[in-house]
Amino acid sequence: MGLAITNGHVIDPANNIDGTHTLYINDGFVAGVGDPPEDFEAEREIDASGLIVCPGLIDIRARLREPGQEYKATLDSELSAAIAGGITTLCIPPDTYPVIDTPAMAQMIQQRAWQIGKSFIHPLGALTLGLKGEQLTNMYSLGEAGCVGVSNALEPVRDTVVMRRAMQYASTFDLTVFLNSQDPWLRGNGVVHEGEISTRLGLPAIPEAAETVGVARDLALIETTLARCHFNGLSTARAVDMLAHARATGLPVTADVTAHNLHLTEHDIGFFNTLCHVSPPLRGQGDRDRLRSALKEGVISVVCSDHQPHEPDAKLTPFSESEPGISGLETLLPLTLKLVDDGVLAMPEAIALLTVNPARILGIDSGHLGVGATADICIFDWEEHWVFDRHRMISRGRNNPFQNWEFRGRVVQTLTGGEPAYQR
Amino acid sequence: MKGDMQYDSSGRLRHFLTIEGLEKETLVHILDTAETFISFGKREIKKVPILRGKTVVNLFFENSTRTRTTFEIAAKRLSADVINLNPSRMSTSKGESVLDTVRNLEAMHTDLFVVRDAHSGAAYLIAQHVPSHVAIINAGDGRHAHPTQAMLDVFTIRQHKREFKNLRVAIVGDILHSRVARSQIHALNILGTPEVRVVAPKTLLPTEVERLGVHPYTDMRLGLKDVDVVIMLRLQLERMQGTLIASEQEYFTLYGLTAEKLAHASPDVMVMHPGPINRGLEIDSEVADGPHSVILNQVTNGIAVRMSIMAIVMGGQADRKQA
Repeated sequence: MGLAITNGHVIDPANNIDGTHTLYINDGFVAGVGDPPEDFEAEREIDASGLIVCPGLIDIRARLREPGQEYKATLDSELSAAIAGGITTLCIPPDTYPVIDTPAMAQMIQQRAWQIGKSFIHPLGALTLGLKGEQLTNMYSLGEAGCVGVSNALEPVRDTVVMRRAMQYASTFDLTVFLNSQDPWLRGNGVVHEGEISTRLGLPAIPEAAETVGVARDLALIETTLARCHFNGLSTARAVDMLAHARATGLPVTADVTAHNLHLTEHDIGFFNTLCHVSPPLRGQGDRDRLRSALKEGVISVVCSDHQPHEPDAKLTPFSESEPGISGLETLLPLTLKLVDDGVLAMPEAIALLTVNPARILGIDSGHLGVGATADICIFDWEEHWVFDRHRMISRGRNNPFQNWEFRGRVVQTLTGGEPAYQR
Repeated sequence: MKGDMQYDSSGRLRHFLTIEGLEKETLVHILDTAETFISFGKREIKKVPILRGKTVVNLFFENSTRTRTTFEIAAKRLSADVINLNPSRMSTSKGESVLDTVRNLEAMHTDLFVVRDAHSGAAYLIAQHVPSHVAIINAGDGRHAHPTQAMLDVFTIRQHKREFKNLRVAIVGDILHSRVARSQIHALNILGTPEVRVVAPKTLLPTEVERLGVHPYTDMRLGLKDVDVVIMLRLQLERMQGTLIASEQEYFTLYGLTAEKLAHASPDVMVMHPGPINRGLEIDSEVADGPHSVILNQVTNGIAVRMSIMAIVMGGQADRKQA
């Protein structure tokens, strides 16, 4: 079955392609860009004139709430939202209920996603049993069952000996450890960045040091174990500088940033806007600017949604009682493209943050348009200006603070395995 | 923007949630109106019919007999029907949210909620979700604001000092956890007080406290030098966790108000405390009961100031109901 996506502006950072080309797809795989492959017969055509054609997006951290919290969202609802946002591959943390700490759980979730179709799911396995920070999981078996890495999700591993051995054990099987490095004591019961806003609103605060102490501890352990590690959602300028230094000395470390931390600061909380209650918290202007420059420098190589859909009641409480997180699948691409519109990044750089870079960290053959790649494709209109309305989101969770933001660039069509999965 | 939802479209006060963002004229209006209510307490018949036929609900998710009682007396002197409720957080956490509780009560055609909650932002949340003819008064939300307490404090200051434009005021104690201090700071600044100081060990001073418009001091003698008003805050020992203060003894030595420390202040200094007092921890009995203390005046004034605020937020209600 041949499909030609004609005359689109193809951007494939992995292969340095950035120009108007026709993309050829055969039996669900990329067959070529530019010149048609031999014997290619196009049974279908998609006219992509004036549109950008890029690899389907990869969201390195999204919580889909199934199993265990189906009152918030389901795999079905969230995979529909993902595909509408141009996302064809998702990596999910292990903090489902029950926790992904057995191969059976890992396989079950992948099978559910497979049945639904739409986007692919790659789970992370738990670093410790029940995420309790005490006993290591069967990481080898988790890896065999499809886990692309291990993580303790948002739960701290307080005991440094446990963390050190977890890194050693994971690296034995070449598994990346995904770290949420925050000092649990400094973090305490904090809900906002320690600064002007926490002081004004009288909200329990999370100091910058919660992140720098956490990252410093884990970097010291990485130095001794040389385990390959990925830092989830850095939020402070200080932590970015520490990561830059560690990378310069050759440590095998990478990091991502959430799309919202690139645009919002503590001041967006205004007067107790619970939609801006996120973890890690929104920080200061200087932190936001450093996170942006870190993308340009390549110190941080991935932008993710950190998708956390909630039922409305989770946010209709006093701020400190509200549940943290943003339903972000549908604003991941617009917020990243906004950095292009703002002149922070070139378009191919922005696309790389959402495709080939996360693919490399996850160790998966995805996020590029090389010959033989699975034809997961995102087609978007860079010239479309639109206003975001959270009440029209596809995700079950409408907890998104970017209401009425004006965005440039919108998904027109998403294909998975060469098949149309979403069309606006 | 921030204070906006406290005013209706005609610029009249419709909720009283925080001092921050309010106009100076609003504060002065509240103080002037309270002045007229002061004499009522001394009359044979203490009631006025301003809120006759209105239902006021004292909704205290966090217990407080003293504050609730002053609101109850204030509402009754305005001839309102008053209902006191203390829904425990236990029952709300079992399914019924703060908003559910409010919606239920609203369905009984109540007019004014006086809300206290242990979480910052609770009163604001409720105000966002009630119909336009229902008013909310914040009686304390977490560490955020306690605006009626601050108004009665500035009322008491004005009684004694007449105006704010030449005053130095020091607020001493647990600034970090104090909703009273935050509201006092805003009120004093809006009313034009040239110098507001906060005095505490660094563990009890919030980050970037200067941004609220105060000068922080860690040495109490320096902090009290030449001040005209000293406001002592209550130290809530259960919050101190063993690391915010080292011991009660050392705290009293450094930050307890004694006659010796008070001697650094202006000769006609007034000493205030929102109560209840921890004698021998924040303040020496000699000072609390001494000639500079106005602590009991504060309690009396509390009723008049709360009557004033209730009367003002209910003033434009008939129009809002029609709108």
